[in-house]
Amino acid sequence: MESILTFDSLLFTVVVKVLVIVAFFLVAALVVGYLEHKVMGHMQDRTGPMEAGLGPVKHGVGQLVADGAKFIQKEDIIPRSADRWVFAIAPGVALVPTLMILVVIPFGPGVWAENLDLGLFFALAASGVTVIGVLMAGWASANKFSLMGAIRDAAQLIAYELPLVLAGAAVALQAGTLSLVEIVERQNELVLFDTIPVWYGVPQVIGFGLFFVAAMAELNRPPFDMPIADSEIIAGHMTEYTGLRYAFFMLSEYAGMVVLSALAVVLFLGGWYPWPGADLPDGAWGAVIGTVTTIAKTVILAMVMTWARATFPRLREDQLQRMAWTILIPLALAQIVVIAIVIVVLP
Amino acid sequence: MTQAAAADAAGGVLPGAPGESLQVEVRSDGDLQTQDMNLNIGPQHPATHGVLRVVIDVDGERIVRAQPVIGYMHRAFEKLAEHRDYRQIIALVNRHDWLSAFCNEVGVALAVERMMELEVPERAQWIRTMMCEWNRIMNHLMFVSSFGLELGAITPMFYAFREREDIQNLMESATGGRLHFTYTRGGGLKDDLPLGFLKASEELVPLVRRRNQEYRDLLLGNEIFHARTKGVGALEPEVALDYGVTGPALHATGVAEDSRVTEPYLKYDEVDVTVPVAENGDSYDRFQVLLDRIDASCDIIEQCLGNLPAGPFAAKTPKQVKAPEGAIYVRTENPLGQGGYYLISDGGKQPYRLRMRTPSFNNVQMIPHLLEGSMLPDMIAIMGSVYFVVGDVDR
Repeated sequence: MESILTFDSLLFTVVVKVLVIVAFFLVAALVVGYLEHKVMGHMQDRTGPMEAGLGPVKHGVGQLVADGAKFIQKEDIIPRSADRWVFAIAPGVALVPTLMILVVIPFGPGVWAENLDLGLFFALAASGVTVIGVLMAGWASANKFSLMGAIRDAAQLIAYELPLVLAGAAVALQAGTLSLVEIVERQNELVLFDTIPVWYGVPQVIGFGLFFVAAMAELNRPPFDMPIADSEIIAGHMTEYTGLRYAFFMLSEYAGMVVLSALAVVLFLGGWYPWPGADLPDGAWGAVIGTVTTIAKTVILAMVMTWARATFPRLREDQLQRMAWTILIPLALAQIVVIAIVIVVLP
Repeated sequence: MTQAAAADAAGGVLPGAPGESLQVEVRSDGDLQTQDMNLNIGPQHPATHGVLRVVIDVDGERIVRAQPVIGYMHRAFEKLAEHRDYRQIIALVNRHDWLSAFCNEVGVALAVERMMELEVPERAQWIRTMMCEWNRIMNHLMFVSSFGLELGAITPMFYAFREREDIQNLMESATGGRLHFTYTRGGGLKDDLPLGFLKASEELVPLVRRRNQEYRDLLLGNEIFHARTKGVGALEPEVALDYGVTGPALHATGVAEDSRVTEPYLKYDEVDVTVPVAENGDSYDRFQVLLDRIDASCDIIEQCLGNLPAGPFAAKTPKQVKAPEGAIYVRTENPLGQGGYYLISDGGKQPYRLRMRTPSFNNVQMIPHLLEGSMLPDMIAIMGSVYFVVGDVDR
């Protein structure tokens, strides 16, 4: 199936796709950021932002827009001893991978920018680039706290990247493809014991858990927020950043929540199908229902991340490493073996 | 030469900044030669509860050396007390440890009253006992919430401030103050309890108990919390006594030294005082003792409510309170540990010298002992659980 964003003119197609992705990226970050404010607020016996609104709608819906406007006005301070160029482009380097993953994520039948044959590989590879931006920011800031945060982030990469990739690999193994669109389609055809249609999240429930935990570690979300632990190293690599560049880091965190949740939905929770074995109508209605379904599932997963933030204290870096190498990675490897055997044994 | 000037001399690059070329010497055994990094935690740092500064040398994440630097909040209360009369000193001493204001007032009032051999009415003494315990709970709730926050759990902060708010409202109804109560007077209290205070107290005690159980579930029941605090910053009882550590940090090591029991003042000899202790003296135990102490204080408040007699709330005192010539040392169990008030009087309306022994000062002393060899994240778990208020350190 072709992307619905495909037009006769190649140039026009490219422009439309880029605009749609950037627009989605910004809106998704705002929505998830707002939901986090409110959900966490109510979990903590308070209301969250209540005043800023868009027109007659109050309840703080305009809070992040107002925050964004504030960030734009802020002075862009670059420390004197900072490595100016590296310091300046680091937020961009951290931001772009999130945008790049969005390119391959299918939101509904036909609702994607590109259907790459190596979609999963591309997404996982791109997600690892963020840490380079963080390292650049930490090193270039000429601040000891920033440096420690960046080093912690790099160390964390070693812990979570393997479980993340291995969990993804198990899905690719079962689906027999790396294309995210085809993974969704195959997933919908999976029937356990010839009777119960299920998504990959059921046979690969361990993989789903591993993927989700690793995704939280990748995003530096609590309880894995050691690289930006505010009570220890101020804000890690973001300590010296102000204004728009700081906003870029925040944006990549919230957009990252959306993107990695969406990836988990595509891999384990049936993508755009509302229930296992569902059949969507062709054409526009199918695309709309599919997109709404994917986004709803994504928001639920993002809210679970928020829930974790309101619940857990922070782990220590060495404890994460120990957990990754003694629990997550062996589990992920064992699951790949089991999946491989089952694939071979069962026709 | 200032750092900025040094940077200019080196072509705009600070020593060790990214612009400076990296020099690493590889030794024959293949180990990289590394240098310890000197790091200033504070005076403005989220983990230091105010303006304590800790200079640490770190090797990677491991702390090699730690040195607390105090004095950023020195406000010369002891000197100031020499130029204020006894009535004014009450308002002065509840300011250095702003979280245990009432307990501090009582200490000074006791010193003056004992010197004057003043008979304080029963009712005033019972009310003081009860207020001390309410203040203790308020103080401990603050540390329960901030300890969670420092470990990265943000929710306990918001929860604990609900009860703090309730207790503050209660104490405000009697004293008029929310932080600095100034309710004590030499010889008694400023005023009697307002109507409805006892009923509100009776209702609040079970609530605090129930919520305290919630904190146990939320924090002590969390595996990450265990991993972060168990065995971290373990203090031996002998070392604790050598450093003069008191309060929850001492009780966590298993030593049940508590002035309310060993040297009772106010009405503590007529109520059952439980002193919760633990065994290991690590961060986990210190936190657990803190939660247990909230329950123990609830018990004391209930006993006070049951025993509160009718009668005057203050003794008849001369217009100008004057302590007779001499000296006295009064010990009280403040929320953070043992408070001592050494009062020397030359018979005038102002003290000749007022020396305060504050628990936070001694608790901070053991920070280097606990920090050396631990990890940087453990520093937060340790400093958040030795329980100090910077104003109380510097006075």
